[in-house]
Amino acid sequence: MASGIVTASYIIAAVLFILSLGGLSHPETARRGNAYGIAGMTIAIIATIFSNQVTDYVVLVMVMLIGGTLGVIVARRVQMTEMPELVAMLHSFVGLAAVLIGFATYIGGVDHYHGAERTIHEVEIYLGILIGAVTFTGSVIAFGKLRGKIDGKPMLLPGRHWMNLTIGVLCILIGIAFVGTGSIGWGVFLLAIMTLLAFAFGVHMVMAIGGADMPVVVSMLNSYSGWAAAATGFMLSNDLLIVTGALVGSSGAILSYIMCRAMNRHFLAVIAGGFGTSGSSDNAAYEGEVVAISAEETAELLREAKQVIIVPGYGMAVAQAQNTVFEITKALRERGKTVRFAIHPVAGRMPGHMNVLLAEARVPYDIVFEMDELNEDFPETDVVLVIGANDIVNPSAQDEPGSPIAGMPVLEVWKAETTVVLKRSMASGYAGVDNPLFFRDNTRMLFGDAKQSLDAVLAALHG
Amino acid sequence: MRIAVPREIVAGERRVATTPDVVQQLLKLGFEVSVEAAAGREAKFSDEAYVAAGAQLVEDTRALWRDADIVLKVRAPAEHPDLGIHEAELLGAGKTLIAFIWPGQNEDLMQRLAATGANVLAVDSVPRLSRAQKMDGLSSMANIAGYRAIIEAAAQFGRFFTGQITAAGKVPPAKVMIIGAGVAGLAAIGAAKSLGAIVRAFDTRPEVKEQVESMDAEFLELDFAEEGSGQGGYAKVMSKEFIEAEMALFAAQAREVDIIVTTALIPGKPAPKLITAAMVESMADGSVVVDLAAEQGGNCELTVPGEITQAHGVTIIGYTDLPIRLATQSSQLYGTNLRHLLTDLTPEKNGNIVIDMDDEVIRGATVIKDGEITWPPPTPKISAAPAQATPAAAPPPPVERKRNPWTAVALLAGGALALWSLGRVAPPDFMSHFTVFVLACFVGYQVIWNVKPALHTPLMSVTNAISGIIVIGALLQISSSSFLITLLAAIAILIASINIAGGFLVTQRMLRMFRK
Repeated sequence: MASGIVTASYIIAAVLFILSLGGLSHPETARRGNAYGIAGMTIAIIATIFSNQVTDYVVLVMVMLIGGTLGVIVARRVQMTEMPELVAMLHSFVGLAAVLIGFATYIGGVDHYHGAERTIHEVEIYLGILIGAVTFTGSVIAFGKLRGKIDGKPMLLPGRHWMNLTIGVLCILIGIAFVGTGSIGWGVFLLAIMTLLAFAFGVHMVMAIGGADMPVVVSMLNSYSGWAAAATGFMLSNDLLIVTGALVGSSGAILSYIMCRAMNRHFLAVIAGGFGTSGSSDNAAYEGEVVAISAEETAELLREAKQVIIVPGYGMAVAQAQNTVFEITKALRERGKTVRFAIHPVAGRMPGHMNVLLAEARVPYDIVFEMDELNEDFPETDVVLVIGANDIVNPSAQDEPGSPIAGMPVLEVWKAETTVVLKRSMASGYAGVDNPLFFRDNTRMLFGDAKQSLDAVLAALHG
Repeated sequence: MRIAVPREIVAGERRVATTPDVVQQLLKLGFEVSVEAAAGREAKFSDEAYVAAGAQLVEDTRALWRDADIVLKVRAPAEHPDLGIHEAELLGAGKTLIAFIWPGQNEDLMQRLAATGANVLAVDSVPRLSRAQKMDGLSSMANIAGYRAIIEAAAQFGRFFTGQITAAGKVPPAKVMIIGAGVAGLAAIGAAKSLGAIVRAFDTRPEVKEQVESMDAEFLELDFAEEGSGQGGYAKVMSKEFIEAEMALFAAQAREVDIIVTTALIPGKPAPKLITAAMVESMADGSVVVDLAAEQGGNCELTVPGEITQAHGVTIIGYTDLPIRLATQSSQLYGTNLRHLLTDLTPEKNGNIVIDMDDEVIRGATVIKDGEITWPPPTPKISAAPAQATPAAAPPPPVERKRNPWTAVALLAGGALALWSLGRVAPPDFMSHFTVFVLACFVGYQVIWNVKPALHTPLMSVTNAISGIIVIGALLQISSSSFLITLLAAIAILIASINIAGGFLVTQRMLRMFRK
């Protein structure tokens, strides 16, 4: 295939990718968007395979088939509650691929470049591998944390900021040495050292970040995987890779920004890690009484309510309670009650996590609302069900300027007539902050596993 | 602890303080329950039903009181017609009585009860807090009275409430005016509306306007500004000018409406006279006035408490026993109110009550503690009416991160400078790639902001799939003559393919689930 046609195919693919992301602006166009993405990818791959640079088809077709099959199996099997893990795993693949391609490119030779061109090319390779390596191990650790294989608590080594700084300086120094080098062997050695350092950095960075900051981490890694692809594009002088990488990179960056804003935290503060370890000791003990409620009484409350809002949190995902939530929603809607869902941007472990779970449970998306759309409606609401959420419904974010979560936008559930909080125990949330919501006069606590509690509520509703 | 439910002894009283359903729930709280024989007969609860629910039936009234730790009654203790003694004498130290007491009106009784050394909780003194609504026996009774007021009016009224167009001609709907939109007033509005009448309501408290309108009734307003909200969600006495304007409104309405239901009460005062004899005279023949304030002297000048009278062709209903006329319903609601009160009194659910004087609700209800009169309680802090006294805590001002406009200029200038210096040394090939990169970043920025937050997870998985485009880099390298490069490229292709297939497929799966 002539190189002109290949380039044209790449342009078409790039346009299709942009359309694909644009399609996600609405659930109705989203499926079309995904189809655009598939079309773009197919065109790009076919054009590349039939370009003049590719001559060996046997290995190529074989590994693509194996990889594709594995992908299909994973995608079919994955539970919707495991989406954050899957996404983290896929990020790590992009990172690893970037590292491998970087090495291959370097080994393939840089001799046909000269002067500034050569320097830039070497910098591109170096950066591509660096970003790829950080993405790879960072994602692997994020995957482990989300899976629960690694402790979700932030691991805080003494002098961790100095450690990071040292790694950064070392990487720069090695980079300077690498760019000047003439021998490929020495260059590969330097690259390998840097890769190991970057691996360590990725591990260390994500280890220091705790479970509830995962939405930021996952979107940040999403961004990194994009930048890794873009760097690879520079390395190979391939515009399609650059465009796609830039699209993905900025998408992840925006998501990280949205998540940080939703927690009223600075991006750097999240990355520096260790949230909730300071300031939690000087919490005022909250006065008041915690009033427990039974599942039957909850059902009674729901039966008498007209306006119901459900606030799901990570606890719903952990307990796999989304289907029961939908059954309850259905039962209440059949009785003519208005049931709506309020989703906080950082509810769950990745952006949009709750929406996907509710969609899986067949909750229609037009009754699922964002925080800002519903926050003003709580005073007119009869019953709010808070399912396994804590910090995102904590009134001290608004009332107590000294609170570690002060200023974080929260769902104002306490303004409703009655708020029922489903919770396993009285333990504080991720941020280590006590929640005065539980002590309010109009709050009732339904203790126990969210799934079992909701099953009991559903039974009582039908009974 | 043992709960005793005696038969009510006041003549004409048909209610009972607990029902078989409530008995079952009291047993769950750890109590034992004894019920006097025939206690529920008038309210249509048979002795057998109580026994089936798990209560013990006791024939002997004295034994019932003697063995009891807690006595649940509807009416305040009175002279027992069969035993010839006052019920208060059956009480003793360590026992707890829960009933309607009206401590303000019954000072002698209070002294008498205090002398026994018992604890007394007055259901009528439960403070009007949102948390205490479920124990508010007054509200329950008012609700029933409001409903029954409309039923009584309908029984006396000679026409339909609802409008109809029949073969025999057109029937206009009845017009009902409700004065006082408290619990009773709102219940009356609901009952009258569901019978099909046109309903108007008046109240001195402007905040009930929404409640009235939410029940699809018209809220009558005066052209006059004065707040009528008193403490504890009740109305207060209004100024003279206000009352004049109000009376003019009622006079005008009286000529127009068929039914007037009055529910105006001011705590501790005789009921205000709102419907004058002249207004009654101005009403059409066959109209009905129901005076729910009859017990406190009546809102209508012509009301005779406890009776139905006729005046100027208008029927005036002055029944004071409306809740008793629905004895089954009243007993059910009252029993449930008591059950809620007992639940709050038994925090451990072990059948032992704790009278916690730090709990605002229990403090308010407790009028005698261990023989000592504790009424009236200190003023409650929170009212069921929209609180004016408690201003909402102002949220902390949002943290503003205002950038100095010069910072932006400096950033731009710095960026441009960096680009220029890069452009000076970099080859043209690199700069063209860089152009593409920067433009793509901006396109991404614009496109992504339009993505709905609900679709953020599919966005991440589709970007995951798309970043699998890195496979192209590996595809271009796989045909290398070097085995090492081919191997590296093959691994890269393998994992990138997982990404592409997995990412797109899982996105597809997710998006298929989003439905209206």
